[in-house]
Amino acid sequence: MPPTIALDVIRYRPEQDAEPAFQTYEVPFRDDWVVLDALNYIKDRLDGSLSFRWSCRMGVCGSCGMMVNGKPKLTCAAFLSDYLPGPVRVEPLNYFPIMRDLIVDITDFMRKLTKVKPWIIRDQVWPLEEGEYRQTPEQLDTYKQFSQCINCMLCYAACPIVGLEPEFVGPAAIALAQRYNLDSRDEAAGERLKILSDHAGIWGCTFVGECTQVCPKHVDPAGAIQQFKLTAALDALKSFLVPWGTR
Amino acid sequence: MTTGRLTPFLWTLFSAGGTIAAFLFPVHLFLIGLAFPLGWLEAPSYEAFRLLIQHPVTRLYLFALISLPLFHWAHRFRYTLYDGLQLYHLTVFIAVLCYGAALGGSAAAAYMLWNLR
Repeated sequence: MPPTIALDVIRYRPEQDAEPAFQTYEVPFRDDWVVLDALNYIKDRLDGSLSFRWSCRMGVCGSCGMMVNGKPKLTCAAFLSDYLPGPVRVEPLNYFPIMRDLIVDITDFMRKLTKVKPWIIRDQVWPLEEGEYRQTPEQLDTYKQFSQCINCMLCYAACPIVGLEPEFVGPAAIALAQRYNLDSRDEAAGERLKILSDHAGIWGCTFVGECTQVCPKHVDPAGAIQQFKLTAALDALKSFLVPWGTR
Repeated sequence: MTTGRLTPFLWTLFSAGGTIAAFLFPVHLFLIGLAFPLGWLEAPSYEAFRLLIQHPVTRLYLFALISLPLFHWAHRFRYTLYDGLQLYHLTVFIAVLCYGAALGGSAAAAYMLWNLR
Protein backbone atom coordinates (compact mmCIF):
# COMPACT_ATOMS: atom_id res chain seq x y z
CA MET A 1 0.00 0.00 0.00
CA PRO A 2 1.54 3.33 -1.03
CA PRO A 3 1.88 6.01 1.67
CA THR A 4 0.36 8.74 -0.52
CA ILE A 5 -1.61 9.19 -3.72
CA ALA A 6 -1.67 12.19 -6.06
CA LEU A 7 -4.86 14.00 -7.08
CA ASP A 8 -4.90 16.18 -10.20
CA VAL A 9 -7.71 18.58 -9.44
CA ILE A 10 -9.23 21.20 -11.73
CA ARG A 11 -8.91 24.69 -10.27
CA TYR A 12 -10.79 27.69 -11.61
CA ARG A 13 -11.10 30.90 -9.66
CA PRO A 14 -12.84 33.31 -12.04
CA GLU A 15 -11.35 36.39 -10.33
CA GLN A 16 -7.78 35.28 -11.05
CA ASP A 17 -7.75 32.40 -13.59
CA ALA A 18 -8.28 32.94 -17.30
CA GLU A 19 -9.29 29.29 -17.72
CA PRO A 20 -9.50 26.06 -15.68
CA ALA A 21 -6.18 24.28 -15.06
CA PHE A 22 -5.03 21.22 -13.09
CA GLN A 23 -3.33 21.51 -9.72
CA THR A 24 -1.68 18.45 -8.15
CA TYR A 25 -2.06 17.55 -4.46
CA GLU A 26 -0.39 14.70 -2.62
CA VAL A 27 -2.69 13.18 0.01
CA PRO A 28 -2.24 10.22 2.40
CA PHE A 29 -3.52 6.96 0.92
CA ARG A 30 -5.96 4.99 3.08
CA ASP A 31 -7.85 2.07 1.65
CA ASP A 32 -11.10 3.14 3.34
CA TRP A 33 -10.91 6.63 1.81
CA VAL A 34 -13.01 7.78 -1.09
CA VAL A 35 -12.15 10.66 -3.45
CA LEU A 36 -14.37 12.96 -1.36
CA ASP A 37 -12.29 12.15 1.75
CA ALA A 38 -9.15 13.11 -0.18
CA LEU A 39 -10.77 16.39 -1.31
CA ASN A 40 -11.77 17.17 2.26
CA TYR A 41 -8.21 16.41 3.38
CA ILE A 42 -6.96 18.92 0.81
CA LYS A 43 -9.52 21.50 1.95
CA ASP A 44 -8.71 21.02 5.67
CA ARG A 45 -4.93 20.54 5.58
CA LEU A 46 -3.40 21.65 2.27
CA ASP A 47 -5.43 24.33 0.52
CA GLY A 48 -8.52 25.88 2.08
CA SER A 49 -9.34 27.71 -1.13
CA LEU A 50 -10.45 24.53 -3.00
CA SER A 51 -14.21 24.63 -3.62
CA PHE A 52 -16.53 21.65 -4.17
CA ARG A 53 -20.06 20.58 -3.25
CA TRP A 54 -20.82 17.74 -0.86
CA SER A 55 -23.16 16.93 1.94
CA CYS A 56 -24.18 13.45 3.06
CA ARG A 57 -21.09 11.31 2.27
CA MET A 58 -23.35 8.30 1.70
CA GLY A 59 -24.78 8.41 -1.82
CA VAL A 60 -28.11 9.98 -0.86
CA CYS A 61 -27.84 13.74 -1.40
CA GLY A 62 -26.42 13.71 -4.94
CA SER A 63 -24.21 16.77 -4.37
CA CYS A 64 -20.70 15.38 -4.86
CA GLY A 65 -20.88 14.24 -8.50
CA MET A 66 -17.62 14.94 -10.38
CA MET A 67 -15.59 13.46 -13.21
CA VAL A 68 -13.10 11.00 -11.71
CA ASN A 69 -10.54 9.85 -14.27
CA GLY A 70 -12.95 11.03 -16.95
CA LYS A 71 -16.01 9.12 -15.69
CA PRO A 72 -18.97 10.73 -13.88
CA LYS A 73 -18.93 9.45 -10.29
CA LEU A 74 -20.31 10.27 -6.87
CA THR A 75 -16.98 11.06 -5.21
CA CYS A 76 -18.34 9.71 -1.91
CA ALA A 77 -18.59 6.28 -3.55
CA ALA A 78 -15.33 6.33 -5.56
CA PHE A 79 -12.66 4.55 -3.50
CA LEU A 80 -9.08 5.72 -3.91
CA SER A 81 -7.99 2.07 -3.92
CA ASP A 82 -9.74 1.62 -7.28
CA TYR A 83 -7.46 4.27 -8.82
CA LEU A 84 -4.03 2.99 -7.74
CA PRO A 85 -1.30 3.96 -8.26
CA GLY A 86 -2.79 7.33 -9.25
CA PRO A 87 -2.75 10.16 -9.99
CA VAL A 88 -6.54 10.51 -9.75
CA ARG A 89 -7.93 13.12 -12.12
CA VAL A 90 -10.82 15.07 -10.55
CA GLU A 91 -12.80 17.46 -12.74
CA PRO A 92 -16.18 19.19 -12.61
CA LEU A 93 -19.12 17.40 -14.31
CA ASN A 94 -18.94 17.39 -18.11
CA TYR A 95 -21.12 19.72 -20.19
CA PHE A 96 -21.97 22.06 -17.27
CA PRO A 97 -20.53 25.59 -17.06
CA ILE A 98 -17.89 25.80 -14.30
CA MET A 99 -18.60 28.38 -11.60
CA ARG A 100 -15.56 27.75 -9.40
CA ASP A 101 -13.10 24.84 -9.13
CA LEU A 102 -15.28 21.69 -9.03
CA ILE A 103 -18.59 23.52 -8.71
CA VAL A 104 -20.81 23.68 -11.78
CA ASP A 105 -23.76 25.91 -12.63
CA ILE A 106 -26.94 23.78 -12.47
CA THR A 107 -29.44 26.54 -13.35
CA ASP A 108 -30.17 25.01 -16.76
CA PHE A 109 -30.73 21.56 -15.23
CA MET A 110 -33.21 23.01 -12.72
CA ARG A 111 -35.08 24.73 -15.56
CA LYS A 112 -35.30 21.44 -17.47
CA LEU A 113 -36.51 19.57 -14.39
CA THR A 114 -39.46 21.90 -13.83
CA LYS A 115 -40.25 21.89 -17.55
CA VAL A 116 -41.49 18.27 -17.35
CA LYS A 117 -43.83 19.04 -14.41
CA PRO A 118 -42.47 16.41 -12.03
CA TRP A 119 -45.28 16.48 -9.50
CA ILE A 120 -48.66 14.81 -9.16
CA ILE A 121 -51.26 16.59 -11.29
CA ARG A 122 -54.95 15.72 -10.96
CA ASP A 123 -58.01 16.95 -12.79
CA GLN A 124 -59.92 16.95 -9.53
CA VAL A 125 -58.25 17.17 -6.15
CA TRP A 126 -60.20 15.33 -3.45
CA PRO A 127 -61.14 17.23 -0.33
CA LEU A 128 -59.07 16.29 2.74
CA GLU A 129 -61.93 14.43 4.43
CA GLU A 130 -61.98 11.91 1.56
CA GLY A 131 -58.67 10.59 2.88
CA GLU A 132 -55.42 9.84 1.14
CA TYR A 133 -54.92 8.67 -2.44
CA ARG A 134 -54.40 4.96 -1.95
CA GLN A 135 -52.04 2.86 -3.96
CA THR A 136 -51.40 -0.89 -4.04
CA PRO A 137 -47.84 -2.26 -3.76
CA GLU A 138 -48.12 -3.32 -7.43
CA GLN A 139 -49.02 0.25 -8.47
CA LEU A 140 -46.04 1.51 -6.46
CA ASP A 141 -43.71 -0.99 -8.15
CA THR A 142 -44.49 0.36 -11.63
CA TYR A 143 -42.70 3.66 -10.95
CA LYS A 144 -40.62 3.01 -7.83
CA GLN A 145 -37.36 2.44 -9.73
CA PHE A 146 -37.67 5.82 -11.47
CA SER A 147 -38.41 7.59 -8.17
CA GLN A 148 -34.95 6.73 -6.79
CA CYS A 149 -33.27 9.59 -8.68
CA ILE A 150 -31.21 11.90 -6.42
CA ASN A 151 -30.62 14.58 -9.10
CA CYS A 152 -26.86 14.02 -9.01
CA MET A 153 -26.64 14.85 -12.75
CA LEU A 154 -24.11 12.10 -13.48
CA CYS A 155 -26.36 11.00 -16.36
CA TYR A 156 -26.13 14.49 -17.91
CA ALA A 157 -22.33 14.40 -17.69
CA ALA A 158 -22.37 10.95 -19.34
CA CYS A 159 -24.83 11.68 -22.16
CA PRO A 160 -23.15 12.71 -25.45
CA ILE A 161 -26.44 14.23 -26.68
CA VAL A 162 -26.49 16.62 -23.68
CA GLY A 163 -23.06 17.77 -24.88
CA LEU A 164 -24.14 18.13 -28.51
CA GLU A 165 -27.64 19.57 -28.08
CA PRO A 166 -27.88 22.11 -25.24
CA GLU A 167 -31.70 22.19 -25.39
CA PHE A 168 -32.08 18.41 -24.87
CA VAL A 169 -34.12 17.95 -21.68
CA GLY A 170 -31.87 15.05 -20.68
CA PRO A 171 -32.07 11.66 -18.98
CA ALA A 172 -32.97 12.45 -15.35
CA ALA A 173 -35.77 14.87 -16.24
CA ILE A 174 -37.37 12.43 -18.70
CA ALA A 175 -37.06 9.56 -16.21
CA LEU A 176 -38.73 11.76 -13.62
CA ALA A 177 -41.52 12.64 -16.06
CA GLN A 178 -42.03 8.93 -16.66
CA ARG A 179 -42.05 8.35 -12.89
CA TYR A 180 -45.11 10.64 -12.60
CA ASN A 181 -46.71 9.27 -15.79
CA LEU A 182 -46.66 5.79 -14.25
CA ASP A 183 -47.98 6.95 -10.88
CA SER A 184 -51.60 5.79 -10.47
CA ARG A 185 -52.46 9.04 -8.65
CA ASP A 186 -51.31 11.26 -11.55
CA GLU A 187 -53.46 12.30 -14.52
CA ALA A 188 -51.12 14.44 -16.61
CA ALA A 189 -49.33 11.88 -18.80
CA GLY A 190 -50.89 13.46 -21.91
CA GLU A 191 -49.68 16.90 -20.90
CA ARG A 192 -46.11 15.65 -20.38
CA LEU A 193 -46.27 13.77 -23.67
CA LYS A 194 -46.98 17.06 -25.48
CA ILE A 195 -44.06 18.74 -23.68
CA LEU A 196 -41.61 15.93 -24.43
CA SER A 197 -42.62 14.72 -27.91
CA ASP A 198 -40.05 16.77 -29.78
CA HIS A 199 -36.36 16.84 -30.56
CA ALA A 200 -35.53 18.63 -27.30
CA GLY A 201 -37.42 15.87 -25.50
CA ILE A 202 -37.53 12.11 -26.03
CA TRP A 203 -36.71 12.15 -29.76
CA GLY A 204 -33.38 13.81 -29.10
CA CYS A 205 -32.23 10.63 -27.35
CA THR A 206 -30.43 8.20 -29.65
CA PHE A 207 -30.28 5.43 -27.03
CA VAL A 208 -26.57 5.57 -26.28
CA GLY A 209 -27.39 4.16 -22.83
CA GLU A 210 -24.53 5.79 -20.90
CA CYS A 211 -27.03 7.42 -18.51
CA THR A 212 -28.07 4.02 -17.20
CA GLN A 213 -24.46 2.84 -17.03
CA VAL A 214 -23.38 5.66 -14.70
CA CYS A 215 -26.54 6.00 -12.55
CA PRO A 216 -25.51 5.36 -8.92
CA LYS A 217 -29.12 4.60 -7.92
CA HIS A 218 -29.93 2.13 -10.76
CA VAL A 219 -32.76 4.33 -12.01
CA ASP A 220 -32.31 3.26 -15.67
CA PRO A 221 -33.13 6.59 -17.36
CA ALA A 222 -32.50 5.03 -20.80
CA GLY A 223 -35.25 2.49 -20.08
CA ALA A 224 -37.62 5.28 -19.00
CA ILE A 225 -36.96 7.20 -22.22
CA GLN A 226 -37.58 4.12 -24.40
CA GLN A 227 -40.87 3.46 -22.54
CA PHE A 228 -41.82 7.07 -23.13
CA LYS A 229 -40.93 6.76 -26.84
CA LEU A 230 -43.14 3.69 -27.18
CA THR A 231 -46.09 5.60 -25.70
CA ALA A 232 -45.39 8.55 -28.01
CA ALA A 233 -45.02 6.29 -31.07
CA LEU A 234 -48.31 4.50 -30.34
CA ASP A 235 -49.95 7.89 -29.85
CA ALA A 236 -48.58 9.12 -33.19
CA LEU A 237 -49.70 5.90 -34.91
CA LYS A 238 -53.17 6.28 -33.43
CA SER A 239 -53.51 9.88 -34.57
CA PHE A 240 -52.27 8.85 -38.04
CA LEU A 241 -54.76 5.98 -38.36
CA VAL A 242 -57.65 7.77 -36.62
CA PRO A 243 -56.99 11.46 -37.33
CA TRP A 244 -60.55 12.40 -36.38
CA GLY A 245 -60.24 10.64 -32.99
CA THR A 246 -60.23 12.75 -29.86
CA ARG A 247 -56.73 13.35 -28.52
CA MET B 1 -32.34 19.15 -36.66
CA THR B 2 -36.06 19.32 -36.35
CA THR B 3 -38.19 16.33 -35.51
CA GLY B 4 -40.29 15.37 -38.46
CA ARG B 5 -43.67 13.72 -38.25
CA LEU B 6 -41.92 10.56 -39.41
CA THR B 7 -39.67 10.24 -36.36
CA PRO B 8 -42.07 8.13 -34.22
CA PHE B 9 -42.59 5.71 -37.14
CA LEU B 10 -38.88 5.43 -37.91
CA TRP B 11 -38.22 4.81 -34.23
CA THR B 12 -40.88 2.08 -34.17
CA LEU B 13 -39.09 0.31 -37.05
CA PHE B 14 -35.76 0.81 -35.22
CA SER B 15 -37.21 -0.59 -32.03
CA ALA B 16 -38.86 -3.59 -33.70
CA GLY B 17 -35.67 -4.34 -35.64
CA GLY B 18 -33.59 -4.15 -32.47
CA THR B 19 -35.90 -6.55 -30.69
CA ILE B 20 -35.70 -9.03 -33.56
CA ALA B 21 -31.92 -8.74 -33.80
CA ALA B 22 -31.55 -9.26 -30.06
CA PHE B 23 -34.01 -12.12 -29.56
CA LEU B 24 -34.45 -13.97 -32.87
CA PHE B 25 -31.05 -13.67 -34.57
CA PRO B 26 -29.30 -15.67 -31.82
CA VAL B 27 -31.82 -18.49 -32.27
CA HIS B 28 -31.24 -18.65 -36.04
CA LEU B 29 -27.47 -18.37 -35.62
CA PHE B 30 -27.48 -21.15 -33.06
CA LEU B 31 -29.62 -23.50 -35.15
CA ILE B 32 -28.20 -22.89 -38.63
CA GLY B 33 -24.69 -21.85 -37.64
CA LEU B 34 -23.94 -24.36 -34.87
CA ALA B 35 -26.55 -26.94 -33.95
CA PHE B 36 -27.30 -28.31 -37.45
CA PRO B 37 -23.75 -28.32 -38.93
CA LEU B 38 -22.20 -29.77 -35.75
CA GLY B 39 -24.89 -32.43 -35.50
CA TRP B 40 -26.17 -31.38 -32.05
CA LEU B 41 -29.66 -31.40 -33.55
CA GLU B 42 -30.85 -33.40 -36.51
CA ALA B 43 -31.09 -31.02 -39.48
CA PRO B 44 -34.34 -31.09 -41.50
CA SER B 45 -33.93 -32.30 -45.07
CA TYR B 46 -33.57 -29.88 -47.98
CA GLU B 47 -37.09 -30.75 -49.14
CA ALA B 48 -38.57 -30.12 -45.70
CA PHE B 49 -36.86 -26.72 -45.54
CA ARG B 50 -38.09 -25.88 -49.04
CA LEU B 51 -41.66 -26.75 -48.11
CA LEU B 52 -41.37 -24.69 -44.93
CA ILE B 53 -40.09 -21.64 -46.81
CA GLN B 54 -42.81 -21.90 -49.44
CA HIS B 55 -45.47 -21.32 -46.81
CA PRO B 56 -46.70 -17.69 -46.92
CA VAL B 57 -46.42 -17.27 -43.14
CA THR B 58 -42.74 -18.33 -43.27
CA ARG B 59 -42.11 -15.86 -46.07
CA LEU B 60 -43.73 -13.06 -44.11
CA TYR B 61 -41.67 -14.04 -41.06
CA LEU B 62 -38.45 -14.04 -43.09
CA PHE B 63 -39.34 -10.67 -44.58
CA ALA B 64 -39.77 -9.18 -41.10
CA LEU B 65 -36.57 -10.92 -39.95
CA ILE B 66 -34.59 -9.29 -42.77
CA SER B 67 -36.32 -5.96 -43.26
CA LEU B 68 -36.81 -4.66 -39.70
CA PRO B 69 -33.18 -5.10 -38.59
CA LEU B 70 -32.16 -3.21 -41.75
CA PHE B 71 -34.24 -0.27 -40.49
CA HIS B 72 -32.65 -0.72 -37.09
CA TRP B 73 -29.24 -0.40 -38.74
CA ALA B 74 -30.38 2.59 -40.82
CA HIS B 75 -31.59 4.54 -37.76
CA ARG B 76 -28.49 3.73 -35.70
CA PHE B 77 -26.07 4.44 -38.55
CA ARG B 78 -27.84 7.69 -39.36
CA TYR B 79 -27.23 9.01 -35.84
CA THR B 80 -23.71 7.60 -35.80
CA LEU B 81 -22.94 9.76 -38.83
CA TYR B 82 -25.00 12.73 -37.64
CA ASP B 83 -23.84 12.90 -34.01
CA GLY B 84 -20.64 10.86 -34.14
CA LEU B 85 -19.06 12.61 -37.12
CA GLN B 86 -21.19 15.75 -36.62
CA LEU B 87 -22.11 16.03 -40.30
CA TYR B 88 -24.95 18.45 -39.55
CA HIS B 89 -24.96 19.95 -43.04
CA LEU B 90 -25.61 16.53 -44.60
CA THR B 91 -28.62 15.61 -42.46
CA VAL B 92 -31.09 15.09 -45.34
CA PHE B 93 -28.54 13.27 -47.49
CA ILE B 94 -27.65 10.92 -44.60
CA ALA B 95 -31.30 10.17 -43.83
CA VAL B 96 -32.09 9.41 -47.48
CA LEU B 97 -28.97 7.26 -47.81
CA CYS B 98 -29.64 5.19 -44.65
CA TYR B 99 -33.38 4.65 -44.91
CA GLY B 100 -33.02 4.31 -48.69
CA ALA B 101 -30.56 1.46 -48.19
CA ALA B 102 -32.97 -0.21 -45.75
CA LEU B 103 -35.85 0.23 -48.23
CA GLY B 104 -33.67 -1.17 -51.03
CA GLY B 105 -32.64 -4.16 -48.94
CA SER B 106 -36.25 -4.78 -47.96
CA ALA B 107 -37.35 -4.60 -51.60
CA ALA B 108 -34.63 -7.07 -52.60
CA ALA B 109 -35.70 -9.41 -49.78
CA ALA B 110 -39.35 -9.12 -50.80
CA TYR B 111 -38.47 -9.85 -54.44
CA MET B 112 -36.45 -12.95 -53.54
CA LEU B 113 -38.98 -14.28 -51.04
CA TRP B 114 -41.82 -13.72 -53.52
CA ASN B 115 -40.00 -15.65 -56.24
CA LEU B 116 -38.83 -18.55 -54.06
CA ARG B 117 -39.95 -21.84 -55.58
